[in-house]
Parts: sequence; C-alpha cells; structure tokens
Amino acid sequence: MNIHEYQAKELLRAEGIPIPAGDVATTPDEAEAIARKIGGPVVVKAQVHAGGRGKAGGVKLAKDAQEARERATNILGMQIKGLTVHKVLVTAAADIATEAYVGIIVDRAAKKPVFMVSPAGGIDIEEVAAKTPDKIMKLPVDTRYGLTPYQASQLGFFLYRDVKQVRAAAKIMQQLYSAFMKAGCSLAEINPLVVTPQGEVIALDAKMSIDDNELDRLPHLAKLRDETAEEPSEVQARNANLTFIKLDGNVGCCVNGAGLAMATMDLVKFYGGEPANFLDIGGSSNPEKVVNALRIITSDSSVRAILFNIFGGITRTDDVANGIVTATKQNPLKVPIVIRLTGTNEEIAVKILKENGFSAMTDMDEAVKKAVQLATGGKAA
Amino acid sequence: MSIFADKSTTLIVQGITGRDGSFHTQQMIEYGTRVVGGVTPGKGGQKFENTVPIFNSMHDAVRETGANTTVIYVPPPFAADAIMEAADAGIKLIVAITEGVPVLDMTRVYPFVKEKGARLIGPNCPGLITPGKTKIGIIPGRICTPGRIGVVSRSGTLTYEVVYQLTRAGLGQSTCVGIGGDPINGTNFIDCLKAFEADPETVAVAMMGEIGGTDEQEAAAYIRKHMTKPVVGFIAGQTAPPGRRMGHAGAIISGSSGTAAEKIAAFEEAGMGVAKRPKDFVELLQARLKSKMKPTAKPTTKQITKQTAKSAAKHKAKATTKKARPTTITAKKAKKR
Repeated sequence: MNIHEYQAKELLRAEGIPIPAGDVATTPDEAEAIARKIGGPVVVKAQVHAGGRGKAGGVKLAKDAQEARERATNILGMQIKGLTVHKVLVTAAADIATEAYVGIIVDRAAKKPVFMVSPAGGIDIEEVAAKTPDKIMKLPVDTRYGLTPYQASQLGFFLYRDVKQVRAAAKIMQQLYSAFMKAGCSLAEINPLVVTPQGEVIALDAKMSIDDNELDRLPHLAKLRDETAEEPSEVQARNANLTFIKLDGNVGCCVNGAGLAMATMDLVKFYGGEPANFLDIGGSSNPEKVVNALRIITSDSSVRAILFNIFGGITRTDDVANGIVTATKQNPLKVPIVIRLTGTNEEIAVKILKENGFSAMTDMDEAVKKAVQLATGGKAA
Repeated sequence: MSIFADKSTTLIVQGITGRDGSFHTQQMIEYGTRVVGGVTPGKGGQKFENTVPIFNSMHDAVRETGANTTVIYVPPPFAADAIMEAADAGIKLIVAITEGVPVLDMTRVYPFVKEKGARLIGPNCPGLITPGKTKIGIIPGRICTPGRIGVVSRSGTLTYEVVYQLTRAGLGQSTCVGIGGDPINGTNFIDCLKAFEADPETVAVAMMGEIGGTDEQEAAAYIRKHMTKPVVGFIAGQTAPPGRRMGHAGAIISGSSGTAAEKIAAFEEAGMGVAKRPKDFVELLQARLKSKMKPTAKPTTKQITKQTAKSAAKHKAKATTKKARPTTITAKKAKKR
C-alpha cells in the first residue's frame, strides 16, 4: 500500500526527522489558511500516487498565502498520469545548498532491508544507479540487530564531509530505519534530503510503501489508505477479498491462483486478444466470491467477453459453477461467457452449468481462443 | 529417488486443528504421507481424528515422535514464529503454506533457519509432492503420477495445470516443489535445480517462474554452468503492468527490473527450452529427452567398452565389478561436459 507524501512526513516527523512545517488541504481556502499560518513562501504539492509530479505541473512555489490559494485552485482536480488530484500539501519553502538521496528497500536477493544513499539527490535514483553507480552506497541491515551506529555513520560520511552534517544525517538514518520497521515498509525514501545554506540537514520529500501483509496488525496504518486515489473497481474487489487489477483490454478474466491468472492473461495475448483485467478469486472456493468477481468484471464497459479459467485443486469447481449461476440470475449477462473448468468435482460443475444453459470446456487453450474470438468479433485467432 | 521428501519423511502439522490444517492433514494421510503428530498450543494430549497425537509445542512433538519434517498452516501473524520454533526444535525440512507473512518477519526468519541448518520451503507455497510416496502441503495428489520429471515453480494452480498436462502425456514426476510467491522465500530455484541435478531418478526439469526479482535469471546462469539435465522454463506475467503486485507479493516489476522479457532472454541465453504456453512443456520436454538419449547413448557405449577393455587388461577384475566401475566413470565425464 502506498501512502501520500503528507502521511509519510507525519510518520517521519514522529521519529524526529527535521521536516519543514506543512499541512494537507482539500480546498483552495484550506490551502490559503495553511500558507498564512506558515508565513512566507510555500510549496503547494499534489498528493497522488504517481512519480513525476513536478514535471506534470503538480508542484508549485507560491510567494504568499494569496498565491498559494491560486496554485491550489489550479492543482486540485488536475490529472496526473490518469489520477485526479484531491489533496495538496502546503509546506514551507526551503533554500537548498545540496541535495542527497536516502532510501531503504527490502532487497529480495540480500533478503534484508538495504539502505541506498547517494549525494546525487533530487533525481530518479534508478537513473543514478544506471549512469553513475559509484555515486550510490548500498548497505544491507540485519533486522535482528537493526541499524548499528557505526553503519549509520558510514552512510553519513558517504553523503557529507562536514562532521556536523554527517552526525545529523546519521541520526536521520536511524530515525528513517525506525519508521521503516515500525510501519512495516517495503520502501521508504527521502528524496531529496537537503542541506540548507545555514548547514541544516532536512527532509523535503518522503515516500513510503507499506507491505500489505502488515496491515492486519497495524490498523492505525491501514486507515491511511486513500481509496479516492485508487481505481474504484480495485477498491470494490479488495473489499470482497479478491485480487483485481484493471487493464486496457476487452477479455474479462476470472481465474483461481495468481500464477494461473497471469498465465491466462498471457495466453489471451498469445492468441491475439487483450486481457481486460487480472483477477484471482483465490484458493478456497466460495460461490459468493464468484458473484462478486462477475459483478466487478461486468461493470467494466470495455469487456466484450468473459473468460473463466478454473483449475480445481482446493477450489471446488461446483462452487464456482454455482457462483456463476447465482450471479447471472441476479444480473443477466450482456456479453458472452466462456467457462473452462477442470479438477475437483468437475462432473457436478458441468452438470450444474448445463442445466442452466451454459457450456463448459476443459482445455485451457481452446477456451482462451474462443474468448478472444468472441471479444474481437471473430477477427483474431 | 526424489528430492527433499520420500517415504522416510515423518511429518508434524503445525496448526493441525485449524480449518485448512485439518482438511489438508486428512488429504495427506489419505495420500500415504506419514503424519506422526500435530501442534496446536493448548490442545496437547488430544488426538486428531482419534489417531494423530497433538502436542502443545514443536519441542514436545519432535521429542515424542522423532519427526524430521513439518508443514505449517498457522495464520500469518504467527507463521514466522512457528517456522523458528520448528527450526529450534531440530526439524530439518520446514514447509510453510501460510500466505500473507509480512516480509520483514522473513528477514529475521531466514537467517535463523539457515543458522539452525534447516531447509525452509515457502512461505506462501503449495508445498511439495513426491508422487506415489509422500505429499507435504496442498498439491492435489490425483493430478500427479510417479516418473522422472522434476517440477519447480513459484506458483500453485499454474503448477497444477502443467503437472496435469505432463501426467496426461505420460510424463510422470520425480518431485514437484512449489517454492512460493513471496519476495523472500527459504528455498529458491537454484536450490531445487541443484537437488534435481543430483537426483539419479530425475532426467529433466520443468520450471515455472514469474515476474519480479531476479531468481530466474540467477537460475538460468546456474543451469548454463552446472546442469547436464535439460530444463524447460516458463515465465508468467508477460502482460503484467509495471509497479503492480500480481496477486503474489513477489510478482511485481519494480522500475524496469523483473520483467518477463528479461527472464525469457536469460532462459534463451542459457540454452533452455522456453515454453510460450503452459501446454508447450510436454512437447519441449519430450523433444529434449529424445535428443538427449541419442547423442549420449553412442559415446556411452563406446566409452564403456573402452573402459571395460582397459580395466580388464589392467586389473583383471572380476566380471561383476567391470560393469559397475566404468559406468560411474562415464557418468562423471558426462557431467564435466
């Protein structure tokens, strides 16, 4: 789960990381009031889960409260990479002498959180890594011992020469690590970490992603989820315990298991179609899940055909068949459906489907071909 | 033969009284797995289905049953602790089925298990099955059949799909291992490939990877350098958008890394067979097994006769030992190439 910059900054501030004063606004009035309270020049920043906000015009400097209001008026409601801006962060502007990058990610190969720091901050770290890898220091942390003071100071010395700044940075490393662990993050970033002309080390931007698997035990963080920043169908799916990701194609897919769901999408593409979504109904069978899945798939108006691909291991295919029958009785389908199921209780499932006017297939490739054909009006495959 | 599990496997089920644990314990017993005990804290002294003793802790269970393997069905918040408890109790093979274990928990669990000298498979995996002998986890037994193909995969149902097709084509399996869909797991592709290479029963390997991470690329490099047995690979997620988690916590393209294209390229570079569709496994494996038989068959017979003549002349060895010795020499030579 991604959280917004203003939310991440609150978590980092709670650890004691120096961050310029600021608050979040949903209206130009609020933005103006916050700017007035801060006094002096402010930055108005769009709060969306997308990179490149600055380039898209979602980050603007304002010299006073009146200008902050104007900036907020422009930015609120703006589209950035297909996402509508509903909130802006209004924060005190800071003078910058140098910019550095500080981040922690869970590194899969190292099987540890790894610090990445670079004195070349303010820009895309992947670019730095590709062009000038010597400007990045990577330091894995054993979570059983945590970030030790000597490690924190190694990181500080990589960024700065001035001992005061090194110490300030080392302290920030410890605080960032603490926030990272407490919030169950998969990523935490300060970009840029700046030194002001007065020699202070402060964080100007923050990004944090929380491991979804942590949310059950961290309910105060689960509340930070901003559903207005997400695709409505994905929110609906999550609330129904389904994993759903919307895509651009027209073959609606409903599959059990993530690997098979991906393989099914790939096969749709292989036979000349485009998948409309990724949807995993999960391992355990439950007709209710199928009903919800069909509701979500059919609410996408670009779907021209629906494809079920169920391999019944733990999942009972008769449960899926019952779900399809129930769902289509409630809401008759407007697009054709292709059902492939095989495995546990397959004979019962086929019988249920036949009795209700559906036909079932057993071969995955044949089913995908048929769905693609129906979706494209017989042009492909 | 097989890898990791066979008839000598004696199993404890952690979370045996839970919904999933009890259902799959029943299934495993029916398949023939030697389930010797279960653990549910607070239910020690009771019996599962009037037969399998339940213990309060792994230490009790191991002491009383001498089990060498455990399978974990406990809920995510307690799974990390359950894995560490098993390793601490002396279990050498730990199979964690639980989906949803926080990744930071795994950063502590992984080194702990390593230091205890145990092997962890999973978490978030379907477990493993050595057809006809034992199954640990949730892979449906009836889709498998004993044979000589090693199967290793990051997925569950996709594996079932492929295994089912292999079985129908008469390609039985030595062992099928699901290593799990999480970003940090206990056993990776290389661990399994190494074991399959060393397993005399396995003649070829089917490997199912997916987007995210670099495990498949490292496996491809390993295959190129060290594998003499043919490997056919598949990557799921060619149509997955970057930055999104495709169901599995580990199935995500981060930035520009972990794409299906780069993994497939690594497979091709390693000279592996690349299955474009799940159903391609059958043909590709059959072709490789055939072509493998042909060229190796000729030099093998030649070498054997050569070696036999040599050793007969040199050592005047008995007829019974002649055959055995040169064969091993040939096998070693074949491996070096």
